[in-house]
Amino acid sequence: MSQLTYREAVRHALAEELTRDPNVVVMGEEVGQFQGAYKVTQGLLEKFGPKRVADTPISEAGFIGMGIGASMLGVRPVMELMFWSFYSVAFDQILNNAANVRYMSGGQINCPIVIRGPANGGTNVGATHSHTPENILAAHPGVKVVVPSTPYDAKGLLKSAIRDNDPVFFLENTVLYGEKGEVPDEEYLIPLGKADVKREGKDLTIVTYGRPVIQSLVAAELLAKEHDISVEVVDLRTIRPLDIDTVLASVRKTHRVLVVEEQKPFCGVGAQLTYMIQAEAFDDLDAPIGRLCTIDAPAIYSPPVEAEQLPNPQRILKAALALLD
Amino acid sequence: MSKKPSATIEQKPNASSTSHGQAPINAALTQAQKIELFSQMVRIRRFEERSHRAYTGKNAAGGPNIGGFLHLYNGQEAIAVGCCSLMGKHDHVITAYRDHGHAIAVGMDTKALMAELYGKVTGCSKGKGGSMHFFSPERNYWGGHGIVGGQIPLGVGLAYGVKYKGHKGSAMAFMGDGAVNQGAVHEAYNLAALWNLPCIFVIENNGYSMGTSQARSSAGDLAKRAEGYGMAWGVCEGHDVYEVRATMDKFLNIAREECKPAVVEIRTYRYRGHSVADPDNTYRTKTEVEDYRRTKDPIQVFQAALIAEGVLSSESAEKIDEAARAEAEAAADFADASPYPTPEDIQKDVYWESDNPDQRTSQGRLFFN
Ligand SMILES: Cc1ncc(C[n+]2csc(CCOP(=O)(O)OP(=O)(O)O)c2C)c(N)n1
Ligand SMILES: [Mg+2]
Repeated sequence: MSQLTYREAVRHALAEELTRDPNVVVMGEEVGQFQGAYKVTQGLLEKFGPKRVADTPISEAGFIGMGIGASMLGVRPVMELMFWSFYSVAFDQILNNAANVRYMSGGQINCPIVIRGPANGGTNVGATHSHTPENILAAHPGVKVVVPSTPYDAKGLLKSAIRDNDPVFFLENTVLYGEKGEVPDEEYLIPLGKADVKREGKDLTIVTYGRPVIQSLVAAELLAKEHDISVEVVDLRTIRPLDIDTVLASVRKTHRVLVVEEQKPFCGVGAQLTYMIQAEAFDDLDAPIGRLCTIDAPAIYSPPVEAEQLPNPQRILKAALALLD
Repeated sequence: MSKKPSATIEQKPNASSTSHGQAPINAALTQAQKIELFSQMVRIRRFEERSHRAYTGKNAAGGPNIGGFLHLYNGQEAIAVGCCSLMGKHDHVITAYRDHGHAIAVGMDTKALMAELYGKVTGCSKGKGGSMHFFSPERNYWGGHGIVGGQIPLGVGLAYGVKYKGHKGSAMAFMGDGAVNQGAVHEAYNLAALWNLPCIFVIENNGYSMGTSQARSSAGDLAKRAEGYGMAWGVCEGHDVYEVRATMDKFLNIAREECKPAVVEIRTYRYRGHSVADPDNTYRTKTEVEDYRRTKDPIQVFQAALIAEGVLSSESAEKIDEAARAEAEAAADFADASPYPTPEDIQKDVYWESDNPDQRTSQGRLFFN
């Protein structure tokens, strides 16, 4: 085991897959010479050369579409969006082309592309740079969506994503890039579509993914210490495919559920989850399912207020207590 | 910088302004107007330096004064000042996230700008937009936009609006040398040319988009792409406010009188990193930055020209600089002393209807938590 940052874990996954498969290429704005806007791709250009690690102009529709086209021919592009927020510039390519080409060709064409980059609030970059589009992406059959919360998960899931034959959208988090965690020295893969119980408990299940996993673990610790409440934290890790079985097993154990997501509530991932939980485990529930989201407005810039707009341990704690009343 | 060094690079600062100073639009300036142009450029420089200091410092609570990104305009001042000085009642401006200079040039209050950087409710967007999202519609300043190239179709829309309403006016849509490769920019070019809209696309070519030089990001010449759309185009040097004004005046008049768009590339340079977070150590040399500052600093160049013209003395330039520093300091004090928005403010300014509930006509829930 080594202690790696989330950033390093992503970088190691990229380097290992670039080494393993000559068809893997890394492309995006500033990924090469500049070493990555968030230094995720640092050193890769030096190691693998400009054929494998390519800087693109600021043309998301063009280069993402190019990656999708190349993937149809068997290249395995791993495209960086400097922020997932810029996906809207390439929306047509991502959601008309990547998501549909296999279906429209009657299964003749595969699209083994990975698009990765950060999608999060919390760094005061304002409404245009703070989108969390996992729900919008996952609403499209044909695509897979991954939102890892720890260095271990980020590495194992990214390697699986790169080997996957479908388009995989991999949503990282700038706030987590510097966070450290244990990562095995030997190679490992984490399958897409497998949730992970990050903390066991018996009174309440928090279902979450991405940075709110870390915040929920903090809240769970406080709830245990200060309120003697035992919280189970289920990290979805992948939004689509969705490991609903792990969620339901936890619900059947604790009988109370709080869904926490760094996303606006309307048509969010939590809306899908709460529907499925009530449909499949209604009799196991002792209380209505609770939900904690980002407050429903574009991302505010003002630093102390943005912290209140997003999920945070205190807001999670309050929402949990309200459910247990 | 662009591939070909310009012919003026070897010139001493005081040599480059004279010929453009005689262009009619500049010859017509009064002494007071010239001093006003100069002092605007100095005020932008000092505002940027003060905001940089605030960004790297801490507030009384030990937290950051300014969050997010801070893209500074140092080195490019003559462009915003030169272009905005030509604005009449029906001329409009829109730009990207490097937007502080244009905001000051259209006359926004630096206190409200600094307060916006600090995320305070007294800011020009009530602390909601931050550095990249300054707006002042009453001054025909339509932002302040964070998505590269995203503002350019809006600029065409402003030009459309001007023409639709039958006004004699224009829209100046500013972008960087990296933004020219966004598809939306090309769609906007075509629309403006096809529909004869009075839009001037202004490329502030500072040589780099983040850490990527023009040569590594763009095929061919930037402004010349206009030819593909049958648009007029021009290139000028952005360190000389007289040259900026003379060039832009020509295209603005064509836009206003004949409803014709154009692309104008203005060569310039940014002194600071892309944003304050950019370590600025992978893509250019310190010497390159220093050479530009020494030979082409727009404030030095204009100061030398005005002194040569007898409009300004070193002492009066010094006074202007002191006033600009004091103004920036006062803006920071004001920002620091102002309150933050409250959590209740988060859901204000989202819908016109929820802000004007007595005039609401739709039904149903607007918010979901
Ligand atoms: C669609 C989109 N892609 C990428 C970015 C990130 N980004 C912000 S500024 C920038 C460089 C733009 O350079 P240029 O257009 O030359 O303007 P300058 O910063 O030099 O003023 C990049 C890549 C963005 N904000 N929007
Ligand atoms: Mg540039």
